[in-house]
Formats: sequence, C-alpha cells, structure tokens
Amino acid sequence: MPRQEIADIAAGRLSAAQLAENFSDVSPPLDRQAALTAAQRCFFCYDAPCIKACPTAIDIPSFIRRITTDNLRGAALDILGANIFGGTCSRVCPTEILCEGSCVRNRPEDAPVRIGALQRYATDWVYRDDARLFERGRDSGRRIAVVGAGPAGLACAHALARIGHRVVVFDAHAKPGGLNEYGIARYKVLDFAAREIDWLLSIGGIELRHDVTLGSNVALAELRRDYDAVFLSLGLAGVNALGIEGESLQGVHNAVDFIAVLRQSNDLDRLGIGRRVVVIGGGNTAIDAAVQSRKLGAEHVTLAYRRGTAQMSATAAEREFAQTEGVNVIEWVQPRRIVGSAGKVSAVEFEYTQLDAHGRLAGTGELLSVSADVVLKAVGQVLSIAGEVPEIRKGRIVVDVDYATSIPGVWAGGDCIGTSTDLTVQAVEDGKRAAHAIDRALAAASTRG
Amino acid sequence: MADLSCNFVGVRSPNPFWLASAPPTDKAYNVHRAFEAGWGGVVWKTLGEDPHIVNVSSRYGAVQWNGQRIAGLNNIELITDRPLQVNLDEIRQVKRDWPDRAMVVSLMVPCDEASWKRILPMVEDTGADAVELNFGCPHGMSERGMGSAVGQVPEYIEMVARWVKQHSRLPCIVKLTPNITDIRKPARAAFAGGADAVSLINTINSITSIDLDLMAPTPTVDGKGTHGGYCGPAVRPIALAMVAEISRDPVTLGKALSAIGGIGTWRDAAEFIALGAGTVQVCTAAMHYGFRIVDDMISGLSNWMDGKGYARIDDFRGRAVANVTDWQFLNLNYDIKACIDQDKCIQCGLCHIACEDTAHQAITREKNGVRHFEVIDAECVGCNLCMHVCPVENCITMQRVDNRPHADWTTHPNNPLRVVAT
Repeated sequence: MPRQEIADIAAGRLSAAQLAENFSDVSPPLDRQAALTAAQRCFFCYDAPCIKACPTAIDIPSFIRRITTDNLRGAALDILGANIFGGTCSRVCPTEILCEGSCVRNRPEDAPVRIGALQRYATDWVYRDDARLFERGRDSGRRIAVVGAGPAGLACAHALARIGHRVVVFDAHAKPGGLNEYGIARYKVLDFAAREIDWLLSIGGIELRHDVTLGSNVALAELRRDYDAVFLSLGLAGVNALGIEGESLQGVHNAVDFIAVLRQSNDLDRLGIGRRVVVIGGGNTAIDAAVQSRKLGAEHVTLAYRRGTAQMSATAAEREFAQTEGVNVIEWVQPRRIVGSAGKVSAVEFEYTQLDAHGRLAGTGELLSVSADVVLKAVGQVLSIAGEVPEIRKGRIVVDVDYATSIPGVWAGGDCIGTSTDLTVQAVEDGKRAAHAIDRALAAASTRG
Repeated sequence: MADLSCNFVGVRSPNPFWLASAPPTDKAYNVHRAFEAGWGGVVWKTLGEDPHIVNVSSRYGAVQWNGQRIAGLNNIELITDRPLQVNLDEIRQVKRDWPDRAMVVSLMVPCDEASWKRILPMVEDTGADAVELNFGCPHGMSERGMGSAVGQVPEYIEMVARWVKQHSRLPCIVKLTPNITDIRKPARAAFAGGADAVSLINTINSITSIDLDLMAPTPTVDGKGTHGGYCGPAVRPIALAMVAEISRDPVTLGKALSAIGGIGTWRDAAEFIALGAGTVQVCTAAMHYGFRIVDDMISGLSNWMDGKGYARIDDFRGRAVANVTDWQFLNLNYDIKACIDQDKCIQCGLCHIACEDTAHQAITREKNGVRHFEVIDAECVGCNLCMHVCPVENCITMQRVDNRPHADWTTHPNNPLRVVAT
C-alpha cells in the first residue's frame, strides 16, 4: 500500500512492545550500590551551593550523607520536609541548571553529584511502602479552600494539614495533580504522579472535589464566604493561538492536549499519530510533544522555533534530549500559515526570521514549507480565570511577598502568579510558603479577634 | 634499570617483594602462580604439628570505607589445615622448581624445646632458605599457648629463638605481634636469642564490625564471632611506626628487618625500605587483586629508583631512619601557614568548617558578602587540617614563613626539665 501523501495519521505505528519500551522510565532508578557510589562523591560542602540553587532549599548534602549511612527515612524527611513533591521533582527538575548545575564537582571534573537520581533513590521507598512521615496537626477548626490540585495547590494543602487546618481542594479535572498528572511527558513520570498524590493525601484533612471550575460552577465569593481563606493555584489553563490561517484545519492541536491525552491513555497503540509532525514552540511543552510524537512512531518530527535555540525556554538538556531522540530542530522560523487539503493539514509554511537593528524579531521574507500530517501548537499557556478577578498584571495574578492577592482573604501561587520560573519546584515552594503566610494571617486575625 | 635483587640474611631473591605467610602461600598451586607472576619470595603458610588444625567457615571480615572495598581485613583463619608431610613435600618441590626465589617456612609449634627440635630438621631437609617463627597470630592459636601468646612475652621469644638457632642452620626470622605496648622489647629479645632478623607486623587484634541484625561480630560463624587479626591498608601507619621504632633503637640498629603491614604498592614498599626494611611482605593486596599486582610493584619501584638515581635497594634503604625523632627535638620555630589557591578553589567550604569548628578559626567564609575562603595568617597555626580536607589537589599548600633558628622543647622555657645552658 503506498504511503499517504497527506493526512497520514495512524495508530499502532510501532508494536505494543516497542511502545512500552519507548515510554518506560526514561532514567531508571539507582539500586543501593549505584546510589552509594553516587552519594559517596558528595563532598558534604559547608553552606552548600546546591541548597541555594534549589527553590525549596532541600538540605542536599544532608540527605546524601544519610543515604551513605542507609538512613533513608532521615533522607526522605530532609527532602519531603522541604518539598512534598520531592518525588516528582527528582524526575522532572532541570537539575542541570539548579542543584547539579551548582555542584562544586562541576569545576574539577565537569561531573556533578547525581543529586536528582539520589533524591529519587531516597524517596522511592516512601511511596512503595506508603511510609508515614508526617502527621496532621491538631484540628485548628479553620477551613481553607484551595483552587487547583496541581503542585502548588497540593503543596499548600499538605502544609496546611500539617499545621492542623482542614482543606478542601477544588479542581477542574477529574483527577488531581495538575501538570503532574496531565502535563508532563509520560516517560518521565509513568504512573508515579497519582501514587505520589495518594501518599501526600494520606496525611488526612484534605478533601478533594473534582470537576469544579472557578467562575463556572463555583464562585470566588462563595469560597470567601464559606472558608477562612482561599488559595488560588489555577495554573495556566488557557492556550495561546497562533493567529494564522489554517489553524482550524483537522490535524492541528494544542500540544498540551496531545500530552494530556497521551498521559491518560491506557492503549498507546490505539493512539493516532501523524507520519510527519510539526511542533511549533520552544518551551518544555514543545519538547515533550515532539519527543513523544517520535516515541509514538512519527517518522519526521520537526520542532520549529521563531528564535535561536539559545533563547528557547526549554533547557539545553531537554533540547539535546529531543535531538538525540530524532527530533529535527529548526530555529529562526515563524509560522505564516497552515496549508490544508480537503480540510486536513498538509504543510506548515514558515518565514525565516532574524533580529533587526533594534534587536526585534523580524521576518526575512524568505519562506520554508514543511509538510505535516499533524501540527502541535506549543506557543505558551495563559491564565484563564472568570468571575471575580484579583489584580492581574502581564497576564498573571499579582501577589505580595506573602502570596496575598489584591482581594482580602485570597492568596495565590504557582504558575498563575508566574514568578521567575515556571518550574514544578517553584510552584511547590509557592504553595508551602503561602500556607505558612495564610496560617500567620489567620493567627493574627484571631489574636485581634 | 635499577637492581632490585636482595640478599636478606643470606636469603636471596630477585626482588624485595615476598608474599607473607597467609592463605596465598598455603600450597604449591598458589605459590607456583605467585612465582609465575614475579614475586621474589614467599613465606609459606605456617606449619604446625600433626594432627593438623581445622578451620571454620566464614573466615574474613572487612572494613569498607566510603565505597572502597577492604580498607582493612580481619581473619580468623588459623595455620595450615593440611598434614605436615604434604606441606613439606610441596615446599621441597617448589623450591626445586624455583631455585632463584626465596622460600621461607613459617613455623608455629608448642613452646617446648622438643617440639622445635623435631620440626626444624624436617624443614631444613626440604631445601627451604629460612624459617620464620610465627609469634604473632592473635586468634585461636594464642588460646593454645602459641602465636601472640609467645610474642607477647619477650623471654619466651628469646628462649625459642635460641632453640631454633641451636637446632638448625637456617637463618631465623622472628615475626612479631603488634599486640604489645613497646615493640622494641620483643625485637631486642629476638636478637638476643640469636635471631637473624625480625619481621613485622603480624595482624592486630580486632573485631571488624558488629552485625546489627544478628547482634554478633563479623565474620559470624553460626551466630557467634570472635576477635581476629586485622591487616590491609588501614594498619600500614601502625606498621610504619613500629618498624621505625626498631630501626632507630640503638640496641637493634642495623639489624635485618622484613616489613609487613598493609603494603600494596611499590610506594608503600619504598617507605618501609626507607625505614630500614630489607624485604617487604604482602598479603591483603594480593588477596584483593590477585598476584598480578607485583608487576607494578616491580616496575614502579624500579622506575622510581631510576628517577632518584638509586642503583640498588641498599642505596636508599634506611635513609629515612635518621629523620624519625622524638617530639622534643622538633623545631618549635618552624612556622608554616596555609595558602588557598583561589584559582583552584571550588568553593566547597570544607576548609572553613573544619577550621572553624575544630581548629583555629583561621579561614574566612566570605569577603564583601561573597562566598570566599581565605586564610587569616594571624590565626593559622600551620596544623595542615585544611590541606587534608580540601578535595582539590594542591589547592591548599603550606608556605614556610619563619626565619628564626632551630629551638626545641629541650631548651624551651616552659619545659620544667629543660637543658639550661651553662
């Protein structure tokens, strides 16, 4: 049978066994011996740079030392006490620009201690054994609403539960986890996200309400009325459009939707994938979509970015990983239109770009056409919020140093406040610190009583 | 190329590297392999009287340090567990097959003259080059009045050495136990009894670890453990100190000495030879890596000697002895300060915290609000701790800063027993 020239979208391009292998754990766990060998490379620095490089300030030399003495409970407490999503972070953190990037071992040897892998080793047993590391605090009688069950929301909820507050977490999706559940490449976390959240919730005092969207089936005013405080961890639920011709053609999708479907799929071999896939964007979502397209069996995957690779928000390590996986990266091109045939996408027409004399991005007029059966758009996510809205600036909710929004009794954190980074680890830190700020505010209010 | 050959109390070997009396020299098969690999000699695993002893299952315990296997090794194996005649026959054959190699036979029999008088002619008859008296093993045999039970009593050492010299023409080496207070006493006794040489150290009495699940020492034999003999790299500093004490003791000055204790490289060997050793004996390193390690020992020692211009072992043997002195003679005016090479510093902060917590608060941790490690000369006493904890080679060096003449404790005003100039 001749290959289709256009709209060649098919499931089962690879065998089930091949798919299973492609989507297995991208970096398998260390066993005890490998972990000891890796841990023994840690110099146990004084006032270590790696701690400062971690947004949650995990005491890394301490947990690594505990690994060397087989004190895994102590190591896990070091990690999870600072970062309740230490399991996910060990898998998805761009360690090469955080802890491992600041490891003093980089200087003499260009080989940092494998902090991420060690963090996973120190925590994997916690979920496996369902270890009880934290106790719920004595009931304070306070109730707090958290909107959004992603890393920021659940980190906040857990910290509040440890203090003794009761928490109700609302989420628009059917499952908790936010990006951990729907947005991270399958090969990085497999089925781990759900297990981690089950363990996290086992502290008690946290109630989950799914399929609830703020502004549609619950109003902020109601939450403010019914709860002592509200924490908004909405993430960025909206998706930017390209705003070009052909965007509604069949075969054009948002990369986040593609990733979510892939994560939730039980039968990868029944998932359709184009023979030729074009991903537009330069962030980690673009990378995850491109790599997973390859892993599903797409023959030609092109990642097109309007600036140079150096300006990509995806880390260099992620980009190199994508290239190793066979993704063709084209830089300095911007999409002009998506070309279709019979209502289905057949190609993407790009224009080459360059920086003009003022450093602004400008098209050169020169065109490039890349044939495609599927186009995945990954040009950024945006805040989506309806109803009563706190002050918003540059598309993000404005908060003060205590994560308080412009609305009294409402705090916010995570991607929806958009601090310097969009990292999971930063969202966790936001949630943790906001929880303590909320607790301080509640305590102050009761003192004033 | 340097000449590594040795003549140690009349025993000749092509190089100073001998295998110590231990499992590697238990039988002809192993010793053949050792000689094929290039070892200069062996001390055959200790022979005893028939009926031969028996050994237990599980014989070794090891100390692993920071990922390194066998920083120290402990054994509870006893002397040979084969019939005397089998050993004697094999010794005879091996010596015949390898005439240029040193064949020393280790012996341990009860502390009575008749026992020694009986076994010595049998050994001499094999063509062996010398005997080594095992007065060292701290486990098992010592409970039966042998091994270190003899080595801990200088009078016994002298007595047995005398019997051996009286009943045999073979050179006699006395192997000393380190499980005593002053190593010079047994060494003096051995020479007083007529011994030709001493060898040291035998193993150090030890328990390597307690298994916290079994609640028993390791190695564990069906739930119980016992103290054993410790050896390997961890014991080398102890061996060096003991060898130095004998080498610089006026009573035993210049006497032949075969060094044992954690030797695994040519450098280890050179250090012992610099302290006066005529040959060195190796066991743990061979048990860890096999006999092939002797290849680098020979090559490394030879290359180092060539580089230094030493043509023969004797050219540097004992050269360090004169520089081993008592504390009271050290120059109190010698002054060094640590110096941190900022280009090499990787900012680990280990020098700072070591000095801050446990030494002299002489290393900064920041400068103008920036992480920065620098020595405060006024506080630095030149103890070297920072240099040892620094993970980067030559990042912290010690610079000499004094310019006063030698002055030591013997004349120091704080010394109540000082020598007053008249």
